[in-house]
Amino acid sequence: MKLREKAKVMDAGQIESALVRIAHEIVESNKSVEGLAIVGIRTRGALLADRLAAKMAAIVNREIPVGALDITLYRDDLAEVAEQPVVHKTEIDFDIHDKVIILVDDVLYTGRTIRCALDALIDFGRPKSIQLAVLVDRGHRELPIRADYAGKNIPTSQKETVQVKIKEADGEDGVVVAEMEE
Amino acid sequence: MAVKWTKKDLLGLEGLSADEIGLILETADSFKEISQRPIKKVPTLRGQTVVLFFFEPSTRTRTSFELAAKRMSADIVNIQTNASSLTKGETLKDTAKNIEAMKVNIIIMRHSASGAPQLLAESVSPSIINAGDGSHEHPTQGLLDMFTIKEHKKKIAGLNVSIIGDIAHSRVARSNIWGLTKLGAKVTVCGPATLMPPEIEKLGVKVTYDIKEAIEGADVINMLRIQLERQGQSLFPSIREYAMKFGLDAEKMKYAKKDVLIMHPGPINRGVEITPEVADGPYSVILEQVTNGIAVRMAVLYLVSGVKERIE
Amino acid sequence: MDIILKGGHVVDPASNLDSESDVLIKGDKIAQVGKNIKANGAKTIDCKGKLVFPGLIDMHVHLRQPGREDEETFVTGSRAALKGGFTSVLCMANTSPVIDNKGVVEYIYAEASKTGLINIYPAAAVTKGLEGKELTEIGQMAEAGAKALSDDGKPVMNAEILRRALEYAKMFGLPVISHCEDTNLSKNGAMNEGFISTKLGLKGIPRASEVVMVMRDIELAELTGAKLHIAHVSAKESVEAVREAKKRKIKVTCETCPHYFTLTEEAVFGFNTKAKVNPPLRSKEDLAAVKKGLSDGTIDAISTDHAPHSIEEKDVEFDFAANGMIGLEFALSLANTELVKDKVLDWSGLIKKISANPAGILDLKGKGSLAEGSDADVTVFDPAAEWVVDEKRIESKSKNTPLVGRKMGGTVLVTIVGGKIKYENGKFE
Repeated sequence: MKLREKAKVMDAGQIESALVRIAHEIVESNKSVEGLAIVGIRTRGALLADRLAAKMAAIVNREIPVGALDITLYRDDLAEVAEQPVVHKTEIDFDIHDKVIILVDDVLYTGRTIRCALDALIDFGRPKSIQLAVLVDRGHRELPIRADYAGKNIPTSQKETVQVKIKEADGEDGVVVAEMEE
Repeated sequence: MAVKWTKKDLLGLEGLSADEIGLILETADSFKEISQRPIKKVPTLRGQTVVLFFFEPSTRTRTSFELAAKRMSADIVNIQTNASSLTKGETLKDTAKNIEAMKVNIIIMRHSASGAPQLLAESVSPSIINAGDGSHEHPTQGLLDMFTIKEHKKKIAGLNVSIIGDIAHSRVARSNIWGLTKLGAKVTVCGPATLMPPEIEKLGVKVTYDIKEAIEGADVINMLRIQLERQGQSLFPSIREYAMKFGLDAEKMKYAKKDVLIMHPGPINRGVEITPEVADGPYSVILEQVTNGIAVRMAVLYLVSGVKERIE
Repeated sequence: MDIILKGGHVVDPASNLDSESDVLIKGDKIAQVGKNIKANGAKTIDCKGKLVFPGLIDMHVHLRQPGREDEETFVTGSRAALKGGFTSVLCMANTSPVIDNKGVVEYIYAEASKTGLINIYPAAAVTKGLEGKELTEIGQMAEAGAKALSDDGKPVMNAEILRRALEYAKMFGLPVISHCEDTNLSKNGAMNEGFISTKLGLKGIPRASEVVMVMRDIELAELTGAKLHIAHVSAKESVEAVREAKKRKIKVTCETCPHYFTLTEEAVFGFNTKAKVNPPLRSKEDLAAVKKGLSDGTIDAISTDHAPHSIEEKDVEFDFAANGMIGLEFALSLANTELVKDKVLDWSGLIKKISANPAGILDLKGKGSLAEGSDADVTVFDPAAEWVVDEKRIESKSKNTPLVGRKMGGTVLVTIVGGKIKYENGKFE
């Protein structure tokens, strides 16, 4: 099975401006960044979280704590995948108790990854609230989960996949829609 | 990492490639953080049953495995017995077949007879994890020792590691030798000639009967526990002479490198193979080994639980 | 009915025969051996291209009767023997009860005659209950027909007791078969001591545990002038010790088993309990020394040490598994491929060690030869046939052999005991 690239829906500039917009929205809707922290889901959500934290820091002129979450051990499909996925490190070196957590991921699709991430986060303590920020919302939810902040809504079919490329992991920034080839 | 875990069982380090050992160590690195959380539990093995099948008394290893499995949400059953008290007429295999019939997923096994875990691995479908078999192997101890070394030294390759004590009867020594040499460390074994197994040098280790030689230049010194009951078997004349000749004390530490790591698989005979001042001293990482043991065992449970190929 | 074996290559070292000949059997005796024998009305067995031997004699088997009939009986053991070309066996005394009194010796003969398949001779214990403490009633057992004395399975650790046994046995001309093992050195041992035992973490049995006892027993044989036979020689130094003893004209003979010239300690890899045997499978060097001992005459006999064990005794932890393997059905094929094809022995040399010499050591009158007037025990062998060891086709009641799946060279076609065809082309009488 191969993937065929169909359309480039975001380029580096568009990703950049989407992140800037989300940073502003977060600052605005939370009145104060006091007690606010960002946690990104590995791998690409964590990279986006770092960028988002930097942009928010520039707006409010103070450091925003940022952490990375690996949700592999919380996945509900381990019994179904052929091999055990590689477990990466979870690094949250601040206390999440009573904080407002901005959970960051690259693509929001079925909502299952976010479900895992919520379970994992709760194991670190009891945050005041959790808000969700994603770069792309492509629809087809299987759980009652929605994004508080979305860079772009991209209607897709279930045959398609959305690939977010981040420079630190993939060598370039961009979002493409691809289709499985028969 | 390119290598994938495909083995149903973990019987020893002899059968693993350097990449597979590397995969376990890296996976363990990711698991270490879980034990530092306020809620030390992930749901990964929820609904899976792990049997701790111990034919030899053990507190440390059993507790470590039990915590590892519990922190991954597995259900645990403890069976503690000794080989001779298996119900008359029932063999080890019968017992294992019965456990298998109860649909368990993983059997963690310790046994006084070398090769006993292999006997089970070949005949039942649950994963078998060797928690020490006779004088053969104790793979998770070898792995946690390497994990601890790597945490401190950032590498294994090229390090000088000395293992000192009763090499002949030590499964810890064998697993360490297999693992460390595969990852490129230079291993020296040291102990009285009566406790040195024949032709051990063919495993690629240096043999010395002089503890000074084993201490000098070592980056890591792993002191083995001496079984006090061996004293009556003319394997060494007395505990006192053993302590003088092969025990690690402050005096002998003068020959050690300034950044040496002192390890011990426990439980320690204080004042025999190691004096309290060394065991509790600044070079000792003995308690870190215990902490790391849980992460390594979680990693092993995670990897074997994902293997789908089973004996029918 | 008379039987004539036509046109086979007859190998009978006892009568110096190694050529194409006919063999005529009348009643239970060999009537004539020679070219173009006419025998009207005799059953003819065409042996063209086949080998004809005096019936093979295995001077070391465990038939487990009485006591462990779940593992082997005289019937199943005899069938295994016939399939392997053996017409006579010496069964060891470690049964339950032990063959340590006249009553049990008589029982063996009575049961053997009831079974009626092969000649079964008992070895009697050296000490009561094989305990190494008190001599058995050797004289009475000799009268009842015991052919040798042995505590096989255990050594007689006390040298004084063995000395007295040798002296006493000498009066009756009985050989003492010694299981050479210093049990202090071999204690808790599970396999040969060396690199592989180190690797597997199994307690090793050093060769010295065998060798020191071989040397001790040789000195006792010299001291007493009695007949000493060393059982299952496995170690290089044991072969050397016997070689030296023979140079010194001491009355010592010895045997080895097919597994010691076929397998090495490497068969234990994977904790294979089927390769667990005592003495243990040794190194390549020892295997070579055993072959050399066979070819230069140091080793007099090949016996199987046929040791049936139930699955429950083998399918367990290596340390707890019983020692021993079955051997009757495989010995001749293994000797063919490992010794004859490998030019360690010629056929005449092999038949000496597996028929003529055992008959001599045990003083079995009329056995081990095809000379006219000998007992009509004959084995016909096809050295070219090939087969694979299949657990389901093993005749022995127990299947404990590491040879399953191994390709074998040569097969027994006919086994005649006392002038009667007991086994022919895979079928028993």
